[in-house]
Amino acid sequence: MSSIELSFKLNGKTVEVAVEPGTLLVDLLREDLGLTGTKVGCREGECGACTVLVDGAAYNSCLMPALKVQGREVATIEGLQKADGSLDPMQEAFVDAGAAQCGFCTPGMIMSAKALLDGNANPDEDEIRKALSGVLCRCTGYRKIVQAVKKVASSKQS
Amino acid sequence: MSQAFKSLHWRRDIPLKEYLVPETLSQAIQMLDEYKGRARIIAGGTDVIVELRSRHYEVDALVDISRIPGMGDIELQGNAVILGGLVTHAQTAASSLIQEKAGLLAAGCAAMGSPQIRSIATVAGNLVSGQPAADASIPLLALDAQVTVVSAGGERVVPLGEFFLDVGKTAVDPTREILTRIEFKPLGPDQGECFLRLSKRRALSLPMLVCAVVVTVDKAKQIITEAAIALGPVAPTPFRSKRIEDAIKGMPATLQTLQEAADRASTYCSPRDSLLRGSCDYRQEMVKALVKRGLRRALEQAGCTL
Repeated sequence: MSSIELSFKLNGKTVEVAVEPGTLLVDLLREDLGLTGTKVGCREGECGACTVLVDGAAYNSCLMPALKVQGREVATIEGLQKADGSLDPMQEAFVDAGAAQCGFCTPGMIMSAKALLDGNANPDEDEIRKALSGVLCRCTGYRKIVQAVKKVASSKQS
Repeated sequence: MSQAFKSLHWRRDIPLKEYLVPETLSQAIQMLDEYKGRARIIAGGTDVIVELRSRHYEVDALVDISRIPGMGDIELQGNAVILGGLVTHAQTAASSLIQEKAGLLAAGCAAMGSPQIRSIATVAGNLVSGQPAADASIPLLALDAQVTVVSAGGERVVPLGEFFLDVGKTAVDPTREILTRIEFKPLGPDQGECFLRLSKRRALSLPMLVCAVVVTVDKAKQIITEAAIALGPVAPTPFRSKRIEDAIKGMPATLQTLQEAADRASTYCSPRDSLLRGSCDYRQEMVKALVKRGLRRALEQAGCTL
């Protein structure tokens, strides 16, 4: 097994790292790069806790070989925090709405919501629910999560 | 990060010696050839990674074809709709050409998996995985699609009617061959279609049943001239039966015809008892309901009044 040089942009910064051929993106992020905000739930693409953005679209990082992001841009939940330490409006909205209980699905929910709003600034509830449908939450019943995303969407409008 | 942490923590690399990223189709074929069955194609990877991790099969190398140019488009060429081998479910579901000319395929692709899966999983991969209720495969089977398969030995065209061999087994050997193109005829004004899916939730759920229907009618006479009914999972492969379809050819577009077709379909289908998908008895009843409903909607879309 020979490791391969991987170069990509992670949360705006260029990363160069040697990875093994069978390393998945989620493990590269969490264990080699120490970004444990992205969660591992099922490792089968069923739970969405590992959702990250690659070139702006949401993907399951547990199903993505790390080498697939060669030369591409990856965004994780850690990248949302601004340089001064303040939170992204989506994170603020989740806090305000009480949209997290155990918190395990929250990074996946927030990254899925970011991907939605980047492509559609004014989604209706159906579009929000559809965009979040790839992430399972077993605590909140989804209502407050949808409320949080709606709040950010409507504040973007005004 | 310390080695101790790595071995303690739940880390599951897939066992793999090489990850190859060819830039052209011929490079990819050559790589497969060199590994003599020990390398396998990966495109979106949403099935391949799960199967490798569960040790469903083992390989020395993956050949990632996702960066090969020229296979990512949906086009209308003459009287054929063409999907390149790298076209994703999300792309197909959002395509106005597919929505207009093959609505059942757009609906099937929109129902598969989750947004994250649809954005990367390819329609070609859905076919090659060979699952009996695959959401894109069932509509493509009803559309009489055919696929182009490339290997070191050359190129061949396989109609989907001859494509599915058994659960997880198709005419394509992903250790030697690449499915490069899917094509089918766009639906015309004398045709109607329908895609129906019965599942426990609307996202991330295995279907209990999938049914795709295409009908061709003689509008003036209100007669069904052709019908294609594809179902899954009711057999080891995506299922189509000539006996059901022939029985309604030339019949008047009436509710009685539909009921007879539905009863007949249920007789020929043998779904298994499944804790996930429901009992055989239940699903045989549901086959009747879906075939009847699917035919009715397709006929109404084609301009018949029932």
